Amino acid sequence: MRILASLAASTLVGFARALTGVRAIWEGCAPEDVQRVYYGNHSSHGDFVLIWSSLPRPIRRRTRPVAGSDYWLQGALRRYIATRVIDAVLIDRAGTTREQDPIAVLAQAVDDGVSLIVFPEGTRNTTDAVLLPFKSGIYRLALARPHLEFVPVWIENLNRVMPKGEVVPIPLLCTTTFGEPLRLAADETKEAFIERSRNALLALAPRVAQ
Amino acid sequence: MTRHQETVVLFAAIGGVLVFASVVGWLLKRFVAKGAPHGSIDNLNARIRAWWVMVVVVGIALAFGKAGVIVLFGFVSFFALREFITIAYTRRGDHLALAMSFFFFLPLQYYLVWDGWYGMYSILIPVYAFLALPIAASLSQDSTRFLERTAKVQWGLMITVYCISHVPALLTLRIPKYEGREALLIVFLVLVVQGSDVLQYVWGKLFGRHKIAPQLSPSKTVEGFVGGLLSATVLGAALYWITPFAVWQAALMALLIAVLGFFGGLVLSAIKRDRGIKDWGAMIEGHGGMLDRMDSVTFAAPIFFHVTRFFFSL
Repeated sequence: MRILASLAASTLVGFARALTGVRAIWEGCAPEDVQRVYYGNHSSHGDFVLIWSSLPRPIRRRTRPVAGSDYWLQGALRRYIATRVIDAVLIDRAGTTREQDPIAVLAQAVDDGVSLIVFPEGTRNTTDAVLLPFKSGIYRLALARPHLEFVPVWIENLNRVMPKGEVVPIPLLCTTTFGEPLRLAADETKEAFIERSRNALLALAPRVAQ
Repeated sequence: MTRHQETVVLFAAIGGVLVFASVVGWLLKRFVAKGAPHGSIDNLNARIRAWWVMVVVVGIALAFGKAGVIVLFGFVSFFALREFITIAYTRRGDHLALAMSFFFFLPLQYYLVWDGWYGMYSILIPVYAFLALPIAASLSQDSTRFLERTAKVQWGLMITVYCISHVPALLTLRIPKYEGREALLIVFLVLVVQGSDVLQYVWGKLFGRHKIAPQLSPSKTVEGFVGGLLSATVLGAALYWITPFAVWQAALMALLIAVLGFFGGLVLSAIKRDRGIKDWGAMIEGHGGMLDRMDSVTFAAPIFFHVTRFFFSL
Protein backbone atom coordinates (compact mmCIF):
# COMPACT_ATOMS: atom_id res chain seq x y z
CA MET A 1 0.00 0.00 0.00
CA ARG A 2 2.95 2.29 0.63
CA ILE A 3 3.93 1.88 -3.04
CA LEU A 4 0.42 2.75 -4.18
CA ALA A 5 0.39 5.91 -2.06
CA SER A 6 3.79 6.97 -3.36
CA LEU A 7 2.63 6.30 -6.92
CA ALA A 8 -0.48 8.39 -6.27
CA ALA A 9 1.71 11.21 -4.95
CA SER A 10 3.90 11.13 -8.07
CA THR A 11 0.77 11.11 -10.25
CA LEU A 12 -0.59 14.14 -8.40
CA VAL A 13 2.67 16.05 -8.89
CA GLY A 14 2.92 14.97 -12.53
CA PHE A 15 -0.64 16.05 -13.22
CA ALA A 16 -0.09 19.44 -11.57
CA ARG A 17 3.05 19.97 -13.64
CA ALA A 18 1.43 18.92 -16.92
CA LEU A 19 -1.56 21.18 -16.34
CA THR A 20 0.16 24.29 -15.02
CA GLY A 21 3.76 23.91 -16.25
CA VAL A 22 4.58 25.19 -12.76
CA ARG A 23 7.85 27.08 -12.60
CA ALA A 24 9.54 27.73 -9.27
CA ILE A 25 11.29 31.07 -8.94
CA TRP A 26 13.75 30.97 -6.04
CA GLU A 27 14.03 34.69 -5.48
CA GLY A 28 15.06 34.97 -1.84
CA CYS A 29 16.60 31.58 -1.10
CA ALA A 30 17.82 28.36 -2.72
CA PRO A 31 16.02 24.99 -2.60
CA GLU A 32 18.14 23.71 0.27
CA ASP A 33 17.38 20.71 2.38
CA VAL A 34 16.94 22.62 5.64
CA GLN A 35 13.95 22.56 7.95
CA ARG A 36 11.52 25.30 6.96
CA VAL A 37 7.94 26.42 7.16
CA TYR A 38 6.72 27.40 3.68
CA TYR A 39 3.75 29.73 3.96
CA GLY A 40 1.69 30.76 0.95
CA ASN A 41 -1.43 32.52 -0.27
CA HIS A 42 -4.44 30.23 -0.36
CA SER A 43 -7.04 30.31 -3.10
CA SER A 44 -7.42 26.70 -4.22
CA HIS A 45 -7.32 23.16 -2.87
CA GLY A 46 -4.41 22.58 -5.23
CA ASP A 47 -2.17 25.17 -3.55
CA PHE A 48 -0.14 22.73 -1.49
CA VAL A 49 0.27 20.42 -4.52
CA LEU A 50 1.78 23.31 -6.44
CA ILE A 51 4.26 24.20 -3.69
CA TRP A 52 4.98 20.53 -3.29
CA SER A 53 5.59 20.12 -7.04
CA SER A 54 8.00 23.05 -6.97
CA LEU A 55 10.26 21.38 -4.41
CA PRO A 56 13.01 18.98 -5.51
CA ARG A 57 12.01 15.39 -4.70
CA PRO A 58 14.32 14.81 -1.66
CA ILE A 59 12.99 17.99 -0.01
CA ARG A 60 9.40 17.20 -1.03
CA ARG A 61 9.60 13.86 0.74
CA ARG A 62 10.25 15.60 4.03
CA THR A 63 7.74 18.40 3.62
CA ARG A 64 4.21 17.94 4.91
CA PRO A 65 1.29 20.25 4.18
CA VAL A 66 -0.87 21.36 7.08
CA ALA A 67 -4.58 20.90 6.42
CA GLY A 68 -7.90 21.20 8.23
CA SER A 69 -9.15 17.87 9.51
CA ASP A 70 -12.75 19.06 9.26
CA TYR A 71 -12.42 19.00 5.45
CA TRP A 72 -9.85 16.28 4.80
CA LEU A 73 -11.23 13.57 7.08
CA GLN A 74 -14.64 13.64 5.39
CA GLY A 75 -15.11 10.61 3.18
CA ALA A 76 -12.80 7.70 2.40
CA LEU A 77 -11.06 9.23 -0.64
CA ARG A 78 -10.19 12.56 0.99
CA ARG A 79 -9.06 10.72 4.11
CA TYR A 80 -6.83 8.41 2.04
CA ILE A 81 -5.31 11.34 0.12
CA ALA A 82 -4.72 13.39 3.26
CA THR A 83 -3.31 10.68 5.48
CA ARG A 84 -1.54 8.34 3.07
CA VAL A 85 -0.76 10.15 -0.19
CA ILE A 86 0.25 13.63 0.92
CA ASP A 87 0.78 12.67 4.55
CA ALA A 88 -0.74 15.94 5.75
CA VAL A 89 -0.45 17.21 9.29
CA LEU A 90 -4.11 17.48 10.16
CA ILE A 91 -5.32 20.10 12.61
CA ASP A 92 -8.75 20.83 13.96
CA ARG A 93 -9.77 24.34 12.92
CA ALA A 94 -12.93 24.48 15.02
CA GLY A 95 -11.76 26.35 18.13
CA THR A 96 -14.49 25.35 20.56
CA THR A 97 -14.77 21.61 20.20
CA ARG A 98 -11.18 20.58 19.50
CA GLU A 99 -9.36 18.13 21.69
CA GLN A 100 -5.80 19.03 20.69
CA ASP A 101 -4.02 22.35 20.45
CA PRO A 102 -3.12 22.67 16.74
CA ILE A 103 0.14 24.45 17.55
CA ALA A 104 1.21 21.49 19.70
CA VAL A 105 0.49 19.19 16.75
CA LEU A 106 2.61 21.36 14.44
CA ALA A 107 5.42 21.65 16.99
CA GLN A 108 5.43 17.87 17.32
CA ALA A 109 5.78 17.51 13.52
CA VAL A 110 8.60 20.03 13.57
CA ASP A 111 10.35 18.09 16.33
CA ASP A 112 10.09 15.00 14.11
CA GLY A 113 12.29 16.89 11.64
CA VAL A 114 9.91 17.64 8.78
CA SER A 115 9.28 20.92 6.97
CA LEU A 116 5.73 22.26 6.79
CA ILE A 117 3.50 24.00 4.24
CA VAL A 118 0.96 26.34 5.85
CA PHE A 119 -1.60 28.84 4.64
CA PRO A 120 -1.86 31.54 7.31
CA GLU A 121 -5.05 33.05 5.89
CA GLY A 122 -6.75 30.03 7.45
CA THR A 123 -9.19 29.52 4.60
CA ARG A 124 -9.33 29.81 0.83
CA ASN A 125 -9.47 33.38 -0.41
CA THR A 126 -12.45 33.70 -2.73
CA THR A 127 -12.73 37.48 -2.42
CA ASP A 128 -11.30 40.18 -4.68
CA ALA A 129 -8.71 41.03 -2.01
CA VAL A 130 -5.15 40.02 -2.96
CA LEU A 131 -4.49 38.46 0.44
CA LEU A 132 -6.71 37.99 3.49
CA PRO A 133 -5.53 38.95 7.00
CA PHE A 134 -3.33 36.28 8.62
CA LYS A 135 -4.49 34.19 11.57
CA SER A 136 -2.18 34.12 14.57
CA GLY A 137 -1.11 30.47 14.17
CA ILE A 138 2.06 31.33 12.28
CA TYR A 139 3.17 33.56 15.18
CA ARG A 140 2.36 30.96 17.81
CA LEU A 141 4.32 28.31 15.90
CA ALA A 142 7.28 30.70 15.60
CA LEU A 143 7.06 31.37 19.33
CA ALA A 144 6.98 27.66 20.15
CA ARG A 145 9.94 26.85 17.86
CA PRO A 146 11.94 30.11 17.47
CA HIS A 147 14.72 28.46 15.44
CA LEU A 148 12.35 27.79 12.51
CA GLU A 149 12.74 29.80 9.32
CA PHE A 150 9.58 30.89 7.52
CA VAL A 151 9.72 31.10 3.72
CA PRO A 152 7.00 33.10 1.93
CA VAL A 153 5.74 31.44 -1.29
CA TRP A 154 3.53 33.39 -3.67
CA ILE A 155 1.34 31.14 -5.82
CA GLU A 156 0.30 32.88 -9.01
CA ASN A 157 -2.66 31.98 -11.20
CA LEU A 158 -3.85 28.73 -9.59
CA ASN A 159 -7.11 30.38 -8.53
CA ARG A 160 -7.88 30.79 -12.26
CA VAL A 161 -7.09 27.13 -13.00
CA MET A 162 -9.84 25.84 -10.77
CA PRO A 163 -12.15 28.45 -9.26
CA LYS A 164 -14.25 27.40 -6.28
CA GLY A 165 -17.13 25.16 -7.32
CA GLU A 166 -15.70 24.15 -10.72
CA VAL A 167 -14.83 20.55 -11.58
CA VAL A 168 -12.81 20.82 -14.78
CA PRO A 169 -9.41 22.55 -14.40
CA ILE A 170 -8.25 25.04 -17.07
CA PRO A 171 -4.63 24.66 -18.16
CA LEU A 172 -2.84 27.91 -17.28
CA LEU A 173 0.79 28.63 -16.53
CA CYS A 174 1.48 29.00 -12.81
CA THR A 175 4.52 30.17 -10.90
CA THR A 176 5.59 29.77 -7.30
CA THR A 177 7.92 32.52 -6.06
CA PHE A 178 10.00 31.71 -2.98
CA GLY A 179 11.04 34.75 -0.95
CA GLU A 180 13.69 35.42 1.65
CA PRO A 181 13.33 33.33 4.85
CA LEU A 182 12.40 35.19 8.01
CA ARG A 183 12.60 34.32 11.70
CA LEU A 184 10.83 35.62 14.78
CA ALA A 185 12.97 38.38 16.32
CA ALA A 186 13.75 38.22 20.04
CA ASP A 187 11.35 40.90 21.22
CA GLU A 188 8.92 40.91 18.29
CA THR A 189 5.22 41.24 19.11
CA LYS A 190 2.50 39.12 17.58
CA GLU A 191 1.15 41.98 15.49
CA ALA A 192 4.62 42.96 14.23
CA PHE A 193 5.54 39.41 13.19
CA ILE A 194 2.24 38.79 11.47
CA GLU A 195 2.46 42.05 9.59
CA ARG A 196 6.09 41.48 8.63
CA SER A 197 5.43 37.97 7.33
CA ARG A 198 2.31 39.07 5.46
CA ASN A 199 4.14 41.96 3.79
CA ALA A 200 6.99 39.62 2.80
CA LEU A 201 4.45 37.42 1.00
CA LEU A 202 2.67 40.35 -0.62
CA ALA A 203 5.97 41.69 -1.94
CA LEU A 204 6.30 38.55 -4.08
CA ALA A 205 2.99 39.05 -5.88
CA PRO A 206 3.62 40.09 -9.50
CA ARG A 207 2.06 43.36 -10.54
CA VAL A 208 0.27 42.67 -13.78
CA ALA A 209 -1.86 45.17 -15.61
CA GLN A 210 -5.51 44.30 -15.94
CA MET B 1 15.24 10.62 -55.43
CA THR B 2 12.64 8.70 -53.48
CA ARG B 3 10.76 10.40 -50.69
CA HIS B 4 12.84 8.47 -48.15
CA GLN B 5 16.11 9.66 -49.71
CA GLU B 6 14.84 13.24 -49.84
CA THR B 7 14.05 13.17 -46.14
CA VAL B 8 17.46 11.74 -45.28
CA VAL B 9 19.25 14.38 -47.39
CA LEU B 10 17.18 17.16 -45.83
CA PHE B 11 17.77 16.11 -42.26
CA ALA B 12 21.48 15.54 -42.95
CA ALA B 13 21.65 19.11 -44.29
CA ILE B 14 19.79 20.50 -41.26
CA GLY B 15 22.06 18.46 -38.97
CA GLY B 16 25.06 19.93 -40.81
CA VAL B 17 23.82 23.49 -40.27
CA LEU B 18 23.25 22.77 -36.56
CA VAL B 19 26.70 21.20 -36.17
CA PHE B 20 28.16 24.32 -37.80
CA ALA B 21 26.12 26.57 -35.47
CA SER B 22 27.15 24.55 -32.43
CA VAL B 23 30.84 24.78 -33.39
CA VAL B 24 30.56 28.55 -33.89
CA GLY B 25 28.74 28.85 -30.55
CA TRP B 26 31.44 26.79 -28.85
CA LEU B 27 34.24 28.87 -30.42
CA LEU B 28 32.54 32.13 -29.35
CA LYS B 29 32.18 30.82 -25.80
CA ARG B 30 35.78 29.60 -25.74
CA PHE B 31 37.60 32.51 -27.36
CA VAL B 32 35.35 35.59 -27.17
CA ALA B 33 33.70 35.00 -23.79
CA LYS B 34 36.77 33.08 -22.54
CA GLY B 35 34.50 30.64 -20.74
CA ALA B 36 33.00 33.39 -18.56
CA PRO B 37 29.24 34.08 -18.45
CA HIS B 38 28.25 36.26 -21.43
CA GLY B 39 24.64 37.33 -22.04
CA SER B 40 24.38 37.19 -25.85
CA ILE B 41 26.69 34.21 -26.39
CA ASP B 42 25.06 32.11 -23.66
CA ASN B 43 21.65 32.95 -25.10
CA LEU B 44 22.87 31.99 -28.57
CA ASN B 45 24.13 28.63 -27.28
CA ALA B 46 20.87 28.01 -25.40
CA ARG B 47 18.99 28.74 -28.63
CA ILE B 48 21.17 26.33 -30.61
CA ARG B 49 20.64 23.58 -28.02
CA ALA B 50 16.89 24.17 -28.21
CA TRP B 51 17.08 23.95 -32.02
CA TRP B 52 18.63 20.50 -31.70
CA VAL B 53 15.74 19.40 -29.51
CA MET B 54 13.13 20.94 -31.85
CA VAL B 55 14.64 19.31 -34.95
CA VAL B 56 14.72 15.92 -33.23
CA VAL B 57 11.10 16.30 -32.03
CA VAL B 58 9.85 17.32 -35.51
CA GLY B 59 11.92 14.51 -37.08
CA ILE B 60 10.36 11.91 -34.78
CA ALA B 61 6.86 13.27 -35.48
CA LEU B 62 7.43 13.08 -39.24
CA ALA B 63 8.74 9.52 -38.87
CA PHE B 64 5.37 8.58 -37.37
CA GLY B 65 3.61 10.04 -40.42
CA LYS B 66 0.26 11.83 -40.32
CA ALA B 67 -0.59 10.73 -36.76
CA GLY B 68 2.75 11.96 -35.45
CA VAL B 69 2.37 15.35 -37.13
CA ILE B 70 -1.22 15.82 -35.91
CA VAL B 71 -0.29 14.93 -32.32
CA LEU B 72 2.79 17.18 -32.39
CA PHE B 73 0.93 20.27 -33.61
CA GLY B 74 -2.00 19.48 -31.33
CA PHE B 75 0.40 19.80 -28.40
CA VAL B 76 1.98 22.91 -29.91
CA SER B 77 -1.50 24.47 -30.05
CA PHE B 78 -2.22 23.38 -26.49
CA PHE B 79 0.96 24.99 -25.13
CA ALA B 80 0.43 28.14 -27.20
CA LEU B 81 -3.21 28.51 -26.13
CA ARG B 82 -2.19 27.99 -22.50
CA GLU B 83 0.36 30.79 -22.80
CA PHE B 84 -2.16 33.07 -24.49
CA ILE B 85 -4.97 32.56 -21.98
CA THR B 86 -2.52 32.90 -19.08
CA ILE B 87 -1.93 36.57 -19.94
CA ALA B 88 -5.48 37.34 -21.10
CA TYR B 89 -7.98 38.91 -18.72
CA THR B 90 -10.61 36.33 -17.88
CA ARG B 91 -13.07 35.91 -15.03
CA ARG B 92 -14.73 33.00 -13.29
CA GLY B 93 -17.62 33.36 -15.71
CA ASP B 94 -15.33 32.33 -18.59
CA HIS B 95 -14.64 28.94 -17.07
CA LEU B 96 -16.99 26.97 -19.30
CA ALA B 97 -15.87 28.80 -22.47
CA LEU B 98 -12.22 28.14 -21.60
CA ALA B 99 -12.85 24.47 -20.78
CA MET B 100 -14.60 24.10 -24.15
CA SER B 101 -11.70 25.82 -25.94
CA PHE B 102 -9.09 23.49 -24.45
CA PHE B 103 -10.96 20.21 -24.24
CA PHE B 104 -13.52 20.38 -27.03
CA PHE B 105 -12.60 22.77 -29.86
CA LEU B 106 -8.86 22.12 -29.82
CA PRO B 107 -9.08 18.30 -30.08
CA LEU B 108 -12.03 18.52 -32.49
CA GLN B 109 -10.13 20.86 -34.81
CA TYR B 110 -7.21 18.43 -34.98
CA TYR B 111 -9.55 15.47 -35.42
CA LEU B 112 -11.17 17.22 -38.40
CA VAL B 113 -7.74 17.93 -39.90
CA TRP B 114 -6.89 14.25 -39.38
CA ASP B 115 -10.14 13.35 -41.09
CA GLY B 116 -9.33 15.75 -43.94
CA TRP B 117 -12.79 17.37 -43.73
CA TYR B 118 -11.80 20.72 -45.24
CA GLY B 119 -15.33 22.16 -45.23
CA MET B 120 -15.58 21.67 -41.48
CA TYR B 121 -12.10 22.40 -40.13
CA SER B 122 -12.01 25.70 -41.98
CA ILE B 123 -15.17 26.97 -40.28
CA LEU B 124 -15.26 25.16 -36.92
CA ILE B 125 -13.58 27.96 -34.98
CA PRO B 126 -14.54 31.02 -37.09
CA VAL B 127 -18.22 30.02 -37.08
CA TYR B 128 -19.17 27.43 -34.46
CA ALA B 129 -16.74 28.36 -31.67
CA PHE B 130 -17.33 32.03 -32.47
CA LEU B 131 -21.00 31.60 -31.59
CA ALA B 132 -20.80 28.87 -28.95
CA LEU B 133 -18.17 30.45 -26.68
CA PRO B 134 -20.02 33.72 -25.98
CA ILE B 135 -23.18 31.67 -25.34
CA ALA B 136 -21.24 29.61 -22.77
CA ALA B 137 -19.85 32.78 -21.19
CA SER B 138 -23.27 34.45 -21.04
CA LEU B 139 -24.68 31.58 -18.97
CA SER B 140 -22.60 32.76 -16.01
CA GLN B 141 -24.42 36.13 -16.16
CA ASP B 142 -21.21 38.06 -15.48
CA SER B 143 -21.30 41.07 -17.80
CA THR B 144 -18.10 42.73 -16.56
CA ARG B 145 -15.96 43.54 -19.64
CA PHE B 146 -17.94 40.87 -21.48
CA LEU B 147 -17.11 41.84 -25.06
CA GLU B 148 -13.43 42.20 -24.24
CA ARG B 149 -13.27 38.77 -22.58
CA THR B 150 -15.15 37.09 -25.42
CA ALA B 151 -12.93 38.74 -28.03
CA LYS B 152 -9.75 37.64 -26.30
CA VAL B 153 -10.74 33.99 -25.98
CA GLN B 154 -11.82 33.91 -29.64
CA TRP B 155 -8.66 35.61 -30.86
CA GLY B 156 -6.48 33.25 -28.80
CA LEU B 157 -8.26 30.23 -30.24
CA MET B 158 -7.92 31.57 -33.80
CA ILE B 159 -4.20 32.25 -33.50
CA THR B 160 -3.09 29.25 -31.47
CA VAL B 161 -5.44 26.52 -32.69
CA TYR B 162 -7.00 27.53 -36.01
CA CYS B 163 -3.89 29.08 -37.57
CA ILE B 164 -1.41 26.51 -36.28
CA SER B 165 -3.65 23.61 -37.36
CA HIS B 166 -3.05 24.72 -40.96
CA VAL B 167 0.47 23.31 -40.72
CA PRO B 168 -0.69 19.65 -40.44
CA ALA B 169 -3.60 20.51 -42.78
CA LEU B 170 -1.00 20.70 -45.56
CA LEU B 171 -1.02 16.90 -45.43
CA THR B 172 -4.62 16.87 -46.67
CA LEU B 173 -3.87 18.73 -49.91
CA ARG B 174 -4.15 16.63 -53.07
CA ILE B 175 -1.56 17.96 -55.49
CA PRO B 176 -1.12 16.18 -58.87
CA LYS B 177 2.20 14.31 -59.19
CA TYR B 178 3.00 15.13 -55.54
CA GLU B 179 1.10 12.26 -53.87
CA GLY B 180 2.79 10.82 -50.80
CA ARG B 181 5.19 13.74 -50.44
CA GLU B 182 2.86 16.24 -48.73
CA ALA B 183 4.86 16.08 -45.50
CA LEU B 184 7.66 17.88 -47.34
CA LEU B 185 5.40 20.93 -47.65
CA ILE B 186 5.47 21.11 -43.85
CA VAL B 187 9.26 20.84 -43.91
CA PHE B 188 9.39 23.63 -46.53
CA LEU B 189 7.10 25.93 -44.52
CA VAL B 190 8.86 25.33 -41.20
CA LEU B 191 12.36 25.64 -42.68
CA VAL B 192 11.57 28.89 -44.50
CA VAL B 193 9.68 30.53 -41.64
CA GLN B 194 12.19 29.55 -38.96
CA GLY B 195 15.11 30.15 -41.31
CA SER B 196 13.73 33.61 -42.01
CA ASP B 197 13.53 34.32 -38.25
CA VAL B 198 17.13 33.22 -37.73
CA LEU B 199 18.41 35.05 -40.83
CA GLN B 200 16.63 38.28 -39.84
CA TYR B 201 18.23 37.93 -36.39
CA VAL B 202 21.70 37.34 -37.89
CA TRP B 203 21.44 40.17 -40.48
CA GLY B 204 20.08 42.46 -37.80
CA LYS B 205 22.91 41.65 -35.38
CA LEU B 206 25.56 42.13 -38.08
CA PHE B 207 24.28 45.17 -39.97
CA GLY B 208 21.20 46.44 -38.11
CA ARG B 209 21.15 50.26 -37.85
CA HIS B 210 17.61 51.50 -38.50
CA LYS B 211 14.85 50.23 -36.26
CA ILE B 212 11.56 49.37 -37.96
CA ALA B 213 9.20 49.45 -34.99
CA PRO B 214 11.17 50.50 -31.90
CA GLN B 215 7.99 50.81 -29.87
CA LEU B 216 6.96 47.21 -30.51
CA SER B 217 10.12 45.23 -31.04
CA PRO B 218 13.46 47.01 -30.58
CA SER B 219 15.42 44.12 -32.12
CA LYS B 220 13.76 44.40 -35.56
CA THR B 221 15.74 46.52 -38.03
CA VAL B 222 15.35 47.47 -41.70
CA GLU B 223 18.66 45.76 -42.49
CA GLY B 224 17.60 42.57 -40.68
CA PHE B 225 14.21 42.63 -42.39
CA VAL B 226 15.53 43.12 -45.94
CA GLY B 227 18.53 40.79 -45.53
CA GLY B 228 16.41 38.13 -43.84
CA LEU B 229 13.68 38.34 -46.45
CA LEU B 230 16.08 38.10 -49.39
CA SER B 231 18.06 35.22 -47.92
CA ALA B 232 14.86 33.38 -46.91
CA THR B 233 13.68 33.78 -50.52
CA VAL B 234 16.96 32.26 -51.73
CA LEU B 235 16.57 29.46 -49.17
CA GLY B 236 13.05 28.76 -50.43
CA ALA B 237 14.19 28.73 -54.07
CA ALA B 238 17.00 26.33 -53.14
CA LEU B 239 14.41 24.00 -51.59
CA TYR B 240 12.20 23.91 -54.72
CA TRP B 241 13.06 20.22 -55.27
CA ILE B 242 11.10 19.13 -52.20
CA THR B 243 8.00 21.11 -53.29
CA PRO B 244 5.50 20.88 -56.15
CA PHE B 245 6.66 24.39 -57.19
CA ALA B 246 9.01 25.62 -59.92
CA VAL B 247 12.08 27.54 -58.72
CA TRP B 248 10.49 30.97 -59.19
CA GLN B 249 7.27 29.80 -57.54
CA ALA B 250 9.18 28.40 -54.56
CA ALA B 251 11.02 31.73 -54.24
CA LEU B 252 7.75 33.71 -54.29
CA MET B 253 6.17 31.34 -51.77
CA ALA B 254 9.19 31.73 -49.48
CA LEU B 255 8.97 35.52 -49.79
CA LEU B 256 5.28 35.42 -48.89
CA ILE B 257 5.97 33.14 -45.92
CA ALA B 258 8.82 35.34 -44.68
CA VAL B 259 6.80 38.58 -44.95
CA LEU B 260 3.84 37.09 -43.08
CA GLY B 261 6.18 35.56 -40.51
CA PHE B 262 7.70 38.98 -39.88
CA PHE B 263 4.31 40.58 -39.31
CA GLY B 264 3.19 37.67 -37.13
CA GLY B 265 6.16 38.39 -34.88
CA LEU B 266 5.32 42.08 -34.89
CA VAL B 267 1.64 41.61 -33.97
CA LEU B 268 2.36 39.17 -31.16
CA SER B 269 5.09 41.50 -29.88
CA ALA B 270 2.50 44.27 -29.67
CA ILE B 271 0.36 42.05 -27.43
CA LYS B 272 3.32 41.15 -25.22
CA ARG B 273 4.31 44.80 -24.92
CA ASP B 274 0.78 45.80 -23.96
CA ARG B 275 0.75 43.14 -21.22
CA GLY B 276 4.20 44.19 -19.99
CA ILE B 277 5.86 40.83 -20.60
CA LYS B 278 9.05 40.02 -22.49
CA ASP B 279 8.32 36.38 -23.34
CA TRP B 280 5.17 34.29 -23.62
CA GLY B 281 6.59 31.62 -21.37
CA ALA B 282 9.77 29.79 -20.43
CA MET B 283 9.37 26.31 -21.87
CA ILE B 284 12.01 26.57 -24.64
CA GLU B 285 15.39 27.56 -23.21
CA GLY B 286 16.79 30.71 -24.81
CA HIS B 287 13.68 31.32 -26.93
CA GLY B 288 11.02 31.93 -24.27
CA GLY B 289 7.65 30.27 -24.68
CA MET B 290 6.00 28.23 -27.41
CA LEU B 291 4.37 31.36 -28.88
CA ASP B 292 7.72 33.13 -29.06
CA ARG B 293 8.85 30.38 -31.44
CA MET B 294 5.52 29.97 -33.26
CA ASP B 295 4.49 33.63 -33.66
CA SER B 296 5.67 33.78 -37.28
CA VAL B 297 4.20 30.34 -38.10
CA THR B 298 0.73 31.39 -36.92
CA PHE B 299 0.51 34.06 -39.62
CA ALA B 300 2.36 32.22 -42.38
CA ALA B 301 0.66 28.79 -42.14
CA PRO B 302 -2.97 29.57 -43.16
CA ILE B 303 -1.94 31.82 -46.07
CA PHE B 304 0.66 29.34 -47.34
CA PHE B 305 -1.99 26.61 -47.07
CA HIS B 306 -4.62 28.55 -49.03
CA VAL B 307 -2.30 29.88 -51.72
CA THR B 308 -0.95 26.36 -52.30
CA ARG B 309 -4.46 24.94 -52.27
CA PHE B 310 -5.77 27.56 -54.69
CA PHE B 311 -3.00 27.36 -57.28
CA PHE B 312 -1.71 23.80 -57.01
CA SER B 313 -4.20 21.38 -55.49
CA LEU B 314 -7.05 19.56 -57.23
